[in-house]
Amino acid sequence: MSRQFTPKVITANALLEGDAIWLTAEDTWSRDIADAELIDDEAHAQLRLLFAQSQKDRVVGAYLAEARADGGIPQPVHFRERFRTRGPSNYRHGKQLAS
Amino acid sequence: MYRYTEFDDAFVRTRAAQFRQQVARRIDGSLSEDEFRPLRLMNGLYLQLHAYMLRVAIPYGTLNSAQMRQLAMIAERWDKGYGHFTTRQNIQFNWPALKDVPDIIDALADVGMHSIQTSGNTIRNVTADHFAGATADEIADPRPVAELLRQWSTDHPEFQFLPRKFKIAVTGAEADRAVIRSHDIGIQIVRNDAGETGYRMIVGGGLGRTPMVGKVIRDFLPAADLLPYAEAIVSVYNQLGRRDNKFKARVKITVHEHGIDAIRARVEDRFAQVRSQFSGVDQHLLRDIEAAFAPPAWKTADTAPFDAAQADPLFRSWADTNLSPHRNPDYAIVSVSLKKPGATPGDATAAQMRLLADLAETLGHDELRISHEQNVILPHVHKSDLPALHAALRAADLATANIGLISDIIACPGMDYCALATARSIPIAQKIATRFDDLKLEHEIGALKIKISGCINACGHHHVGHIGILGLDRAGVENYQITLGGDGTETTVIGERAGPGFSADQIVPAIERLIHAYLDLRAGPVETFLQTYRRLGLSPFKAALYLEVRANAA
Repeated sequence: MSRQFTPKVITANALLEGDAIWLTAEDTWSRDIADAELIDDEAHAQLRLLFAQSQKDRVVGAYLAEARADGGIPQPVHFRERFRTRGPSNYRHGKQLAS
Repeated sequence: MYRYTEFDDAFVRTRAAQFRQQVARRIDGSLSEDEFRPLRLMNGLYLQLHAYMLRVAIPYGTLNSAQMRQLAMIAERWDKGYGHFTTRQNIQFNWPALKDVPDIIDALADVGMHSIQTSGNTIRNVTADHFAGATADEIADPRPVAELLRQWSTDHPEFQFLPRKFKIAVTGAEADRAVIRSHDIGIQIVRNDAGETGYRMIVGGGLGRTPMVGKVIRDFLPAADLLPYAEAIVSVYNQLGRRDNKFKARVKITVHEHGIDAIRARVEDRFAQVRSQFSGVDQHLLRDIEAAFAPPAWKTADTAPFDAAQADPLFRSWADTNLSPHRNPDYAIVSVSLKKPGATPGDATAAQMRLLADLAETLGHDELRISHEQNVILPHVHKSDLPALHAALRAADLATANIGLISDIIACPGMDYCALATARSIPIAQKIATRFDDLKLEHEIGALKIKISGCINACGHHHVGHIGILGLDRAGVENYQITLGGDGTETTVIGERAGPGFSADQIVPAIERLIHAYLDLRAGPVETFLQTYRRLGLSPFKAALYLEVRANAA
């Protein structure tokens, strides 16, 4: 039996700025993981990933990242993904500036 | 220093114009990322965790004031007001937007700089002793050789798609400040019994996943044979190097698998073939390059102000740690620390870069160096000018007196920026430096090199740190492994792993236990950490590291 599928979001870097972005359920890209589509079905995840990877003039390196719902809002699971939602720890640069 | 010829300038401008068009085609969608990626990497442009990163070559770490000012301008205009100096003597800009990169590359070309071959499976920026041309202990300035190698390797048609990246370092002194034994090729300028100058050629060193100390392939190579011999080494590697497995593709593995004797035999065969293709024009070129690196006209002045300034304890402390002997006894080599406790190792703001440029121009014969230890060097400062220089550095918060001490830490960008990292490096460096600053133990501890890498690729040189720290991902948590007894100098040793890693919260107390163990164990205040480690071995340090952990578990 294959491993049970755990929830995911689709993330990538924006082509122009390189900033971390997430795919929403409305087929748009958001700079905030809270707007991301939380996917809990494996087949759907593969379809969404294909869609993301087809957006080659907008995004780079789309992939599935582990996520969990926190009050219905997607949150990162791994520390690397957590850093991508806020920016570096040595300066207040990147996304944490806006928050 | 070397200035671009018309040929160099035309080449760099052509590449800049080509890259501008490539970026435009990527943005308008006519190039896919798969097509664009190799093109951007050829120009040093990476895509990292939060943004693009542009890596700019600083050949053999040498800059003039106009170049440093241009880097400051780029940092301010197209980045976030700072740059990061790396362990390959390069500078990285962490936040450029894709559309601005062609303008940045044009601005670099305006001052004779570029980002070509700072990435990809090519011969990378050639590094050299950061005290080159200034230090009292060298046979010859290694930079003309480094520049010759750069001209030979840049856009070399045979070596644009090597099995893996290829790094060359050159030193002109026995004391190795350029880590030559951890390079694909390390070159040491030596003199033979007949008094002739030549090169000791070392091959197959490297850090990363499989650290190896380089092996001598030729103990004395006549000066005129340098390029054909280097070409022979790289072409043997190009043929033999393993393209089937990225982790086994560096020349250190080729040398390890075939043995240095078999590699030497192949290199000598190849050398016999290629030698005649070098007509000697390279040696004429080298003479011209050497002329460009002629020492500046030394000034003559009374050094009394330097002696008088010793009465100031702040000046004296800085002079004790941050000055090194110059070939001219009336001069000193100044290391400007970019490691103020709490700061990011290797980062300089645009304002700091401009100040350093001004000081180099007014007090330092217009020369600056970037060290692989991520500090800035003013290689030629007359002793009479040191008090004024120190005062100016203090005013800009650049007078930290810690060169070679525990807070002078090498750290790679780690997972704060790098897409390959498995853990963060910068916050660990910040915490260690701040902790030992609070303890006021730094000078008591003395010479100690801590080097931190945020992944196995070892950009932070952790294997050759007296204390090395490697950040890993252990089951979704940052974990830091310690190696001890490493050494990156002429007595290169790969450090030994101490044991299980520590969490981000445990790593600073662990380092503190190590240091207290050293202070208890050393034979006297003059015995350094590395000497004590070599005398006693791993076990007493291991006991100190894991004592508390075991006590807690019991």
